[in-house]
Amino acid sequence: MHFHIVDAYQETDSLLHRTDARVKVMLAFVMILLIALTPMGAFGAYVGFFAIAMAGVVVARVDPLTVLKRSLVALPFAGAAVSLIFTMPGPSLGTVPLLGWSLSAAGVIRFASIVFKSFISVQFAVLMMLTTHFADVLWALSALHVPRVLVVIFSFMYRYLFVLADEALRLTRARDSRSAAIGGSPAAGRSIVFRAQTTGRMIGNLFLRSFDRSERVYQAMAARGYRGEIRQLDTPPLVLRDVAVGIIALLLGLGLTVASMLFR
Amino acid sequence: MHHTVEVDNLTYSYPDGHQALADVTLHIGPDEKVALVGPNGAGKSTLMLHLNGLLDTQQGSICVGGLPVEEANLGQIRAWVGLVFQNADDQLFNPKVFDDVAFGPLHMGIPDNEVRKRSMEALAAVGMEGYADRISHHLSLGEKKRIAIATVLSMDPKILLFDEPTAGLDPRARRSLINLLRDMQRTMLVATHDMRFVKEIFPRTVVLDEGRIVADGPTDKIMNDEVLLEKHGLEKW
Repeated sequence: MHFHIVDAYQETDSLLHRTDARVKVMLAFVMILLIALTPMGAFGAYVGFFAIAMAGVVVARVDPLTVLKRSLVALPFAGAAVSLIFTMPGPSLGTVPLLGWSLSAAGVIRFASIVFKSFISVQFAVLMMLTTHFADVLWALSALHVPRVLVVIFSFMYRYLFVLADEALRLTRARDSRSAAIGGSPAAGRSIVFRAQTTGRMIGNLFLRSFDRSERVYQAMAARGYRGEIRQLDTPPLVLRDVAVGIIALLLGLGLTVASMLFR
Repeated sequence: MHHTVEVDNLTYSYPDGHQALADVTLHIGPDEKVALVGPNGAGKSTLMLHLNGLLDTQQGSICVGGLPVEEANLGQIRAWVGLVFQNADDQLFNPKVFDDVAFGPLHMGIPDNEVRKRSMEALAAVGMEGYADRISHHLSLGEKKRIAIATVLSMDPKILLFDEPTAGLDPRARRSLINLLRDMQRTMLVATHDMRFVKEIFPRTVVLDEGRIVADGPTDKIMNDEVLLEKHGLEKW
């Protein structure tokens, strides 16, 4: 009985899947940085970055629709910039009927840029997660000297998210199986207050179980020699192919950003 | 060094005042396999945690491999004593199987290539060679239990402690685990309710109830003492 949280990772064999996780994590980060540095309204460069991401999708042989759908997660956040349309100073494109708000041309360009940029940025992150196993992402983060404590917290989160979700699922089932109702009884299902109390107790119960588990996990670590410092095996050197993939992608992105800065 | 366990007059109370162990004396010789039986809450797990120095000795004394269990010796004692916890999800705390098996030797300060070699050997010893890159969450309970054993075998312990190794396993997984333990030449203390398993592997049985050792002797003799078994909530198989 498992709670199925589907891992993003798609198991296939491709150049991008075989590329060292350190290169992919770095590339995703650098691409997002470059996109952020690209000036507002440089739509040609945005299309270029989109093309790089799509080329990555083709090389990785993952489903392009999955990448696009998952990237939509950025849009609600980009939506926070919608007020720019009405508040940026500059020439007006007209007014909104009924409300009478003035549409700013600069505001529309800025808003569209933010939407595009966040959409494409997330595509690189999604592509990285689809082609790299989460355990390898963690390994890459610590090889790239992200503070060890942070990486270990991510690692525990990933490991016990499933275990906790299983536990929550069992609790819910135990409640549901005893949530019987006799037909026609006016008290069936009880009041909303009663149900809220039950849910509250379940959450408390889950918290206590997690607390106990953390103690047992700590004991299991101590029993195997953990004395407060997490150690890791030495990292193997990058092979030529990994370096080549990294340099090609980096040059493409850098070229786009620099060009968009020069020719705006 | 001799792979012995010597517990003398051990008494332990939890912070809430509940007494878990009362005047426990238990000596286990090198390569001896001993079963620890008793009802739930008898103190079996508490005793096991003491042997690895995970609980501080309040009264009495414990020596493992001739060394007293105290702060200064904990590193060495934990390298000698492999403790396999009841719940494999507590023992396997890394996302990847290999990282869990390598955790012990890595923290013992062994060189990296030796860590890799030992980890692969430990996985092979429990018949899980192909599982190094698997994700622990996706494994069955039987697979997790075997890998939990590999996580301590990679440390090459002289003494193995198991807490309920056969609990929750289906007959096939249970059988393969029993065969695995039978073939291991190590000093072993195993807490269990599985009396068939006790009869099959362990020449000596210790009965613990309410924190006290109420019987300690040859398994055959204890298994035939129905009055004793019934009194302490056990069943003859």
